[in-house]
Amino acid sequence: MHKVLIIGEHDGKTLNPATSKCVTCAKAIPEADISIALFGADTAGVAAQAAAVSGVKTVLRIDRAENAHPLAATFAPQIADLAAGFTHILGPSTSFGKDLMPRVAALLGVPQVSDLMAVEGAYRFRRPIYAGNAIVTVEADPGRQLIATVRVASYEAAGVGGSAAIESRALNVALPSHTRYVGAKSGSTDRPDLQTASRVVSGGRALGSAENFKLLFSLADKIGAAVGASRAAVDAGYAPNEMQVGQTGKIISPEIYIAIGISGAIQHLTGIKDARTIVAINKDGEAPIFEVADVGLVGDLFQVVPELERLVGP
Amino acid sequence: MQKIMVCIKRVVDYNVRVRVKPDGSGVMLDGVKMSVNPFDEIALEEALRIKERGSNLEVVAVSIGVADTQQQLRTALAMGADRAILVQTDQPVEPLTAAQTFLALAKKENPDLIFLGKQAIDDDANQTGQMLAALWERPQATYASKVAIEGSKASVTREVDAGLETIEVDLPAVITVDLRLNEPRYVKLPDIMKAKKKPLDVTSLDALGVAAGQLLKVVKTEPPPQRQKGVMVKNVAELVDVLKKKGLI
Repeated sequence: MHKVLIIGEHDGKTLNPATSKCVTCAKAIPEADISIALFGADTAGVAAQAAAVSGVKTVLRIDRAENAHPLAATFAPQIADLAAGFTHILGPSTSFGKDLMPRVAALLGVPQVSDLMAVEGAYRFRRPIYAGNAIVTVEADPGRQLIATVRVASYEAAGVGGSAAIESRALNVALPSHTRYVGAKSGSTDRPDLQTASRVVSGGRALGSAENFKLLFSLADKIGAAVGASRAAVDAGYAPNEMQVGQTGKIISPEIYIAIGISGAIQHLTGIKDARTIVAINKDGEAPIFEVADVGLVGDLFQVVPELERLVGP
Repeated sequence: MQKIMVCIKRVVDYNVRVRVKPDGSGVMLDGVKMSVNPFDEIALEEALRIKERGSNLEVVAVSIGVADTQQQLRTALAMGADRAILVQTDQPVEPLTAAQTFLALAKKENPDLIFLGKQAIDDDANQTGQMLAALWERPQATYASKVAIEGSKASVTREVDAGLETIEVDLPAVITVDLRLNEPRYVKLPDIMKAKKKPLDVTSLDALGVAAGQLLKVVKTEPPPQRQKGVMVKNVAELVDVLKKKGLI
């Protein structure tokens, strides 16, 4: 039997869907006995949600005032303490898990498998390197605890209907005071977050100006999409850096990615290769973007985009 | 504040299309252009800007890797680092080993701050900074998009999935940087000439007492699944038709 501990992500009220995706990953580990650990000031509400995830046997609540905000320096020593007896400790490959899990691994003196995308055995996994341009199969030592972050784009959420036991745990761990939470600001736009959006409209240098990006915002708002940009468009000053999609920007996996006036430089393509459907609109029929596009249209974006906006949706 | 250490990695240049070897033993690296990991360039730039804001501090660039990694450290010196240290090894270095190595350097150098990129664009592990902070028993501030030093504290704005988060850490601390923290400077020719005279020390894992263990065995390397050839449409109406049939709009 493999005892799997999943570090749950939540905001105090709602369990992040990434946690349920980790459960689906954990189920692929042979003979997995799955627990979810929740750290917070008061995790009663999220514990009930975690207990309902199908396949989970135990939910462990570690309620403590210092756990009100997810600080890696505060959580990691507690997880390292709680981890005794578990063979696998998983966290989501979100900013929460990516920040936290390596700190846990170092405290335990074990390696971490980042962005685990497939389980091939209890200690054999697949993960992407070079922004997904290569996939490696790695084997870890069964004699050590295994720490991994789970690439959430690779897994569906586990269903609900479970009824796990909920236990409260008090851990006798001294916590550092050198790291303090100050505050948070959520993204300022009403548009979906680029990283997690199911639809993304993205523009390249062919847009020609920041002003012309309004065409894309208008189309995006019509179909409920996030807006991205190529590095060329960002470098030209047409779009802010936070919109950059590609190897040096955001790596995304939306259901549909509409690339408008983007030629398709390698570093851009590596950021979108996980998109379910890629639509390319470009004046140049020879542009490399058409090699990866599922649907391509050669045309002038200044005519195509307004027409597309008119023809889609209500 | 007296000293900032910046950890940099030699990686395949981000413009290179990486190909998997036909025998699955890795990726093809022969004759491929190598560069400073782009996120580490941003880390170095931030350290240099703190230095240039007037404090009389030293910026030390450190790296682990093959002898040719000196090229990337020379780039760091040309950008403005004061000196460099290469921990030379031909072995592949996993993040935990890298963290142990940087810890050994930190104990010698006693920096007030250690900057790293949030991840290297070759193995995409995103672990070394966090592991170093854990082993050093110091704070970590990952994915920084804004860094403000206030005496013996740093206020760091972090890029998280939900937006921006600000934390305050006591120094010394480890900060890993994200893309929009700054735009690294271009290196000018006179700076490259000057960099040749700056000190670059070479040491080894042995000398630092670090064992180069390989804890994760890479069994094989494969190319990602190829996308199927798509269809070309003639006009917007046809495009909308295809997307509707796929249930996408």
